[in-house]
This record gives sequence, C-alpha cells and structure tokens, in this order.
Amino acid sequence: MHASVCDTLSDLAQNSIEAGASRVELDVYTGPDRIEVRVADNGKGMDVDTLAKAVEPFYSEAGKHDRRRVGLGLPLLYQTAEAVNGTVEIQSEPGKGTTVRFTFDAKHVDTPPLGDLAVTILGLMTFRGSYDLILTRKTPSDSYTISRKGLVEALGNLEEAVNLILAKDYLQSQEACLTDA
Amino acid sequence: MAKLTLSDLRKLRDEKQKAMEKRDPSNKDAQIIVGMGTCGIAAGAKETFNAIIEELDAKGITHVLVRQTGCMGLCHSEPTVEVVVPNMPVVIYGNVDAATGKKIVNDHIVNKKLIDKHICDKPAMDIVR
Repeated sequence: MHASVCDTLSDLAQNSIEAGASRVELDVYTGPDRIEVRVADNGKGMDVDTLAKAVEPFYSEAGKHDRRRVGLGLPLLYQTAEAVNGTVEIQSEPGKGTTVRFTFDAKHVDTPPLGDLAVTILGLMTFRGSYDLILTRKTPSDSYTISRKGLVEALGNLEEAVNLILAKDYLQSQEACLTDA
Repeated sequence: MAKLTLSDLRKLRDEKQKAMEKRDPSNKDAQIIVGMGTCGIAAGAKETFNAIIEELDAKGITHVLVRQTGCMGLCHSEPTVEVVVPNMPVVIYGNVDAATGKKIVNDHIVNKKLIDKHICDKPAMDIVR
C-alpha cells in the first residue's frame, strides 16, 4: 500500500490529469473516525468492462503509455481500503468522467497518515496543460477551497521555483490554520 | 503561520519579481521534470520535487522551469528526474532522493556537470518518440 493518503490521492488525481480532464475536483475530509476522499474528473471516463479491468493489478489502458504499463494505482487503493476497514466506490462513464470515493477508518492501526497535503497538491498542479484542479479540504469544524486557476492568476505561472515556493507557503498556511486537522 | 490570501500572494509575487529582475534577467531556458507515476510516488518523488524547488529558490536560480510528468518507464530507478539544459545532453537521472535532487541543482544546473552515477539509460520508447 502507499505510505500516505496523499500518495493515493496523487495517484488518482494523476490518472485524472492523464485522462485529459479539464477539471479535477479533490475533496479531502479528515475527522476523528474517518478519512474520506473524493476525486472527480471530467476526463475520458471508462466503460463497465474497462473499469472492471482497471481494478485488477497491472492493467493500464493501452493508449495511456504505449509500451509501459504499471497499473497499480487502483489495486493499491483497494488493498489499503481492505486492510483498514475502508470502502472504495468508483463511478465512470465514457466521455463524461470518473469519480472515485474512498474512506479509511481513521482509528485503524494500519491506516496510513494523511501526509504532506500542501506538497501533494502543489505537485498535482505542475503537470503540463490548462486543467483546473480544485481542492476542497474539510474537517468537522473548518474548511477551505483552493484552485489551480486561482493560484495561476495570482502568480502568473506554476513552473518557476519562486512561484512554486510561494504557492507552497500559501497551501501550507491554509492547512496550518485549519482547525481540527 | 498566518493564513495567506490570494491578495497576499500577489503582493509577495510582485516583490519577488522585482528582486528577480534585478538579479537575473535571463530567459527560462532550462527544465527539470520530475516523474510522478505510481512508481515515482511510492519511491518518494514528492520529497524530491520539494527539495529541488527549495534548492532553486535558496540559490536564487530563476531560469529553470519545474514540472511533473507521469511514469518515464524507468520504474526500477524511481524517483526519476529529467533535466534539459541548453548545450548539454538531455539527461534522465534515477534514484533521485532529496539530497540528489539538490545535487542536480548545484552540479548540473549551476556548474554544468553531469552526476554520472545517477544517469539512466534512455527513457521508454513512447517518450523518446
């Protein structure tokens, strides 16, 4: 399994970006009893047969990488969910997009830590393309929302180190000021 | 840490921009690309990415663009980092932990020297094409 919830989040969101999504929504909730994540995109989506294969280890869509197929993102998620009394739900429709929701039992001894959300989100914002990526972060009593477009608008781009550091400071400040995190 | 707003961010960006213009007017002519497939994530590519941008910022290097990409087809050598610098060969480095990421900034970007023991073979054919 991945070492942190953020690693799983990176894996799923990267799938969305590579599926040609122009909009990727990430919802991350952490509470005393559960961790809940939703990754929704408007990318190419999958039909029922493809989705059934996608949850099997080492399946990767032929067009994604011509000669390289790893195909462990979703299987690792299922493995983790199974190990920590979690759930996984995937809805997908060709041409419309894919939504993955998963929950982990926050109190389970094997549940991975959340990880560095600021660096994770920053990384997910630095792929090529004009997609928007919107993070909605919630705890039982607080929340914040940030978007890639908002950061690009404020900074000019998310490719120069100086801008990336400023964006990281911004993301870290949102997370640091979140109550109940 | 005080909570920053987008307005704060714009002001900080303007201040940095003015300082950068005084220091380094050169174009953005180099690229560092960090592989972030499942394999890269599992091997710690995020820590590598973070170390690289921190080192670039600490050294005041402004001519380098930093991006992420998916799997480069070298899963056995993750984290992998591709470096593109004018008048130097395009190189993919493997097993790039945070310390090696900083070394890439200092040796390859600043001193124009390759880090021999981390150089990988060419990437997967669909990337070459």
